[in-house]
Amino acid sequence: MATETIIWLLPLPPLLAFFLIVLLTNRSKALSHTVAIAAVALSWLGSMVVFFRALGTEHFGKEVFASSINWLPTGTDFLKIGVQIDPLGAITLFFVAWTIFMIFLYSVGYHNFGQPKGDHDRPGLPPHGATVTDEHGHKHTVLSVEPMYSRFFAFLALFAFGMYVLVVSDNLLTLFVGWEIMGLCSYLLIGFWYGKPSARNAAVKAFMTTRIGDVFMLLGLALLYSATGTLNYRAIFYNEEVLTRLAETMTPVFGLSAAGLIGLLLFIGTIGKSAQWPLHVWLPDAMEGPTPVSAMIHAATMVSAGVYMVIRIFPLVTADWHGHDLTAAMSVIAFIGTFTALFAATIAVAQNDIKRVLAYSTISQLGFMIAALGMGAYIAAAFHLVTHAFFKALLFLGSGSVIHGMEHGVLHTGNHKVDPQDMWNMGGLKDRMPITFWTFLIGGFALAGFPLVTAGFWSKDEILADAFAHEHWVILITLSLAALMTAFYTMRQITLTFLGQPRTKEAEHAHETPWTMTVPLVVLSVFAVGFGWVGIPEHFPIIGGLIPNWFHEFVGGTLIEHPKPVEFSWVPLTISLVVALGGLALGWLVYKDVKAGDTDPLEKPLGFLYPFLKNKWYFDEFYAFFVIKPMTWLSEVFTYQWMDQRVIDGLLHFFARLGLALGHFFRYYIDKPIVNELIGDKLGAYWTFQPAGRALSKTQTGRIQSYLIGAVTVFLIIGAALYLFVF
Amino acid sequence: MDFISTHLLTTILFFPVIAALLIWFFPKDQIALIRWTALLASLVPFGLSIWLWTQFNPSVAGFQFKEQYAWYPEINSTFHLGVDGLSLTMVLLTTLLMPLAILASFNITDKVKAYMMLFLFLETGMLGVFLALDLLIFFVFWEIGLVPMYFLINQWGSPKGEREMWPGMKVSARNYASLKFMIYTMAGSLGLLLAIQMLGVLFQTYDLMALAEKWSNFNSGTLLGLNVSTVKAIAFWAFTIAFALKVPVWPFHTWLPDAHTEAPTAGSMILAGVLLKLGAYGFLRLVLPFYPAESQQFAGWLAFLATMAIVFGAFASFGQTDFKRLVAYSSVNHMGFVLLGIAAAAKAMGTQDATIALNGAVLQMFNHGLSAAGMFFLVGVIYERTHTRDLNAFGGLFPLVPVYGGILIFTSMASLGLPGLNGFVSEFLVVRGAFGVGFAGGEWNYMVVYTAIAMLGLLFTGAYILKGIRKVLHGPLNEHWAHGEHKLTEINTREILVMAPLMILILVLGVWPMWLLDVINKAMLLLFS
Repeated sequence: MATETIIWLLPLPPLLAFFLIVLLTNRSKALSHTVAIAAVALSWLGSMVVFFRALGTEHFGKEVFASSINWLPTGTDFLKIGVQIDPLGAITLFFVAWTIFMIFLYSVGYHNFGQPKGDHDRPGLPPHGATVTDEHGHKHTVLSVEPMYSRFFAFLALFAFGMYVLVVSDNLLTLFVGWEIMGLCSYLLIGFWYGKPSARNAAVKAFMTTRIGDVFMLLGLALLYSATGTLNYRAIFYNEEVLTRLAETMTPVFGLSAAGLIGLLLFIGTIGKSAQWPLHVWLPDAMEGPTPVSAMIHAATMVSAGVYMVIRIFPLVTADWHGHDLTAAMSVIAFIGTFTALFAATIAVAQNDIKRVLAYSTISQLGFMIAALGMGAYIAAAFHLVTHAFFKALLFLGSGSVIHGMEHGVLHTGNHKVDPQDMWNMGGLKDRMPITFWTFLIGGFALAGFPLVTAGFWSKDEILADAFAHEHWVILITLSLAALMTAFYTMRQITLTFLGQPRTKEAEHAHETPWTMTVPLVVLSVFAVGFGWVGIPEHFPIIGGLIPNWFHEFVGGTLIEHPKPVEFSWVPLTISLVVALGGLALGWLVYKDVKAGDTDPLEKPLGFLYPFLKNKWYFDEFYAFFVIKPMTWLSEVFTYQWMDQRVIDGLLHFFARLGLALGHFFRYYIDKPIVNELIGDKLGAYWTFQPAGRALSKTQTGRIQSYLIGAVTVFLIIGAALYLFVF
Repeated sequence: MDFISTHLLTTILFFPVIAALLIWFFPKDQIALIRWTALLASLVPFGLSIWLWTQFNPSVAGFQFKEQYAWYPEINSTFHLGVDGLSLTMVLLTTLLMPLAILASFNITDKVKAYMMLFLFLETGMLGVFLALDLLIFFVFWEIGLVPMYFLINQWGSPKGEREMWPGMKVSARNYASLKFMIYTMAGSLGLLLAIQMLGVLFQTYDLMALAEKWSNFNSGTLLGLNVSTVKAIAFWAFTIAFALKVPVWPFHTWLPDAHTEAPTAGSMILAGVLLKLGAYGFLRLVLPFYPAESQQFAGWLAFLATMAIVFGAFASFGQTDFKRLVAYSSVNHMGFVLLGIAAAAKAMGTQDATIALNGAVLQMFNHGLSAAGMFFLVGVIYERTHTRDLNAFGGLFPLVPVYGGILIFTSMASLGLPGLNGFVSEFLVVRGAFGVGFAGGEWNYMVVYTAIAMLGLLFTGAYILKGIRKVLHGPLNEHWAHGEHKLTEINTREILVMAPLMILILVLGVWPMWLLDVINKAMLLLFS
């Protein structure tokens, strides 16, 4: 099959799976997950074929796989849409296909396929466990299957469809289509257990917060489309002439060039989607969804999509950049990224929920990528995007496995007050869940940037090296600090969860999860280590040059001008080593002796800062008071009650009242005294008209039909009269 | 057959009336017979419209399938019908929604005969507006449409509820709503009628095309003792306000939530689906061609009103606790985009940006017809079962009615403008067109500002849609609806049949809008460039 045809077909299997499950197979759990997994397996296979064909194409980048059709007529012209895979697309396709496939497989075990139906489970709430009797007559409580199992796979398949659409798009409009479909799916899946008020609120929060970004992005799209007449990647981002024109056109907005303004508007979309400060608030709450969804949102799809888009529009953002001082647009992007990286890391340090720590680490790591893009480090950002996708998917699935193991313990003891997500209830899971432990360790070390072996080290080091080489000192220092905290909270998490002794009975009875969950962990941990080796800088001491820096060569081909690798320096490398190893060591030292019932050892030394961090800098409260409350007031009180009901309707009612008053006046001051009494009574007309009125009143039957007949008759008579006498 | 093909438009137009007169002779207790006759009768114009669609050639300028009969020879008014791409789209929408509305009305048990007859009269009234090529005929049908709707609201509206107009003055809500609807539209029509009469007297014709040509080129001298430009400006506003009332545009919109809330379900479907389009159609068919210069001059005002409608429509919708009123206000918000597109086009008539904006506006009319009709029907489905529209009385109904829930989410997403569904395409085109007009030639003008502000409305569209879903479907289950006599029943087959065509079209238009947009696009090019 032609490569272009395969690319066109890539998003379709998950979409078909969605419709098949919704319309036909939803009553059969086994059939539904088979359909869904077969669909993503097919898309995975197609993606691999495309990826390897891309590898085998010479000068890939100059030559790309692309094909398009007319979609919307726009006057005498057409808006085209189509598919395209270039080096960036190929590499994105690679990690998206792998992570999605693994997450689907994992979901089977996570939702307890094969387990009995729950005793009191009902749709919209997480399963609570089922009682079974074994052959000896003993009763056990075991995990029960998710009641909306089929629906979950349907939504997840639609999610995968959205991401594939986004990746194979050759233009920003269909990218936006995939982007929004994912927004819907994240809404549906975060609110999957919609019976929980927290999940319902989190779903709305996720949708609305990202939508703030989306409307700006839509403006950016409209602006770009108006300015260039197209939304196609190649026609804009691979076109020197268009880019120069956009860079030279000035706009009245903050003195930005058209390129800068459009870039920033689109970037606001990313702030929402990739949960950058100040629109980061939805992502931690997104933890309300089932864990595979968290992995989907945090690694494979949503947040990666945001960064992917900024990487896409990189040529636009940097169109008026000459390689040294950052332009205004770039500075904004770099600032948002850098600040977010540090800001989220500080919050992660003080969280107790195993998934929340990971959520904030995602925000922070995305900040690294955004910061890298802001200072022009194109390759480094793309590299970190890919490695992060692998190790973060691994970590989320690993945390899901931990929670699953803990739930096993909870059902065993029957104490439902124990929160299976709270790390303080864990400890010592290393021996009970060995596969989960070792894979989580690999993922955690990759996140912390453990030197040389993990993928996270190579990609993060490249960002720091770039900041150093271009003398962005503030960014370098801030990111280093964030990296130090990352290593620290990662080790804190690993220590609290897996090391030491179990702090609760539930942790003692935790249990390794089934193969459908552990196999994806093993596969992803291979990438969390191995993927770093494809991007080792050429001049790295000793091992540099042993393996060619394939990533740089390959992805660099996406741009018109191949970016130059930065010169090697010992300074950023030393920083990388110190922060990673130092952070890990610190985390272990502080948390290794935590016993059941202890408070966080950080609580005392941090003082008032600790509750500040634990409460996420009080951003939720801030928004509730300064945004949501005023907006609700504006809607309910100002717009509806005051403007519509009081002012506008009040004016109308005034006219009505005026009419009534006039009528009243005519009746009581003219009709009654003059017409009725004077003419009617005194002059005797009353005695003539009353009987006639009585007679006529019989025609007032109150039935619509007879009124209609009357109306039609009168109409006809008048018409006839007019016709005969007037015209 | 030959007669039908040569008189296709009159057949489509008058078939509902003939059917209504036939139903008149049915015994009133033969409810099933009346219902099915009405449904079948409404399917005939739909079938003929599809035939019309296939026979129509979008690339030819001017009107097709024209029919002309003597009507009022003394004042040169003729019964003149015809379709172009614009009116064809609207005819298709009307004839499509009508059978669905009648099917949706199968649960009506009170005065079924009169109800069905009124609906069929209503169809003729609306189709007449879209098909008329004579200004006087246009006006006649414009007014005829009012009467059945008045009675539908007044007689079959929700029996509960009161509205206090001022202290001590309480009226029943459906009387209030129907009267408000009637008087409001009549008030707008007054100016329109005067302006039409002036044109008729001035040019001795009511023919649409002839008038557009003569009137727009009539630029100098005095008229009625006033400067022509002044007269034209006044006449422009007379037309504009009449249509703006019907769209409805902020601040003339307050009749809409009342009428919608009180109307029977099918009445709301048609009201939102078609009647509002009459106003927008008036802008496209009469205001822009008759007053190109004035439209351009006042485009800023139109854009301002459109933006207000978008923003305040969304705000007001979010501020509701009544499910039906929430959906009603969403119409103000969505129709605002139609007017925004029209305003943008008025400002830069003939440019590519204007065509894009107009494409968006017309497609938005069609799309809103589908999604609003669907939303009102879904509100009706749940109201019929629970007898309440109070959002706070629902909650967590999803597990009880999973199919209904799925359909509601789907339709809500169409209303929200989710990409992949129809609303997104038209809203994107409007925004793109308006933005393009906003900085044509490197000069930034007010259209940019209005479009940017309109984005706030788009954001709140999300807020009110999610509020609806959140309050009805999500959250802890309200046990009241789970057991016993109040137990909520799932959406039934008839109701799914009403929704299915809407949902299929919503999806098809979101993915592949070309078949419809091509006709619209050619019509806009032929009309306005």
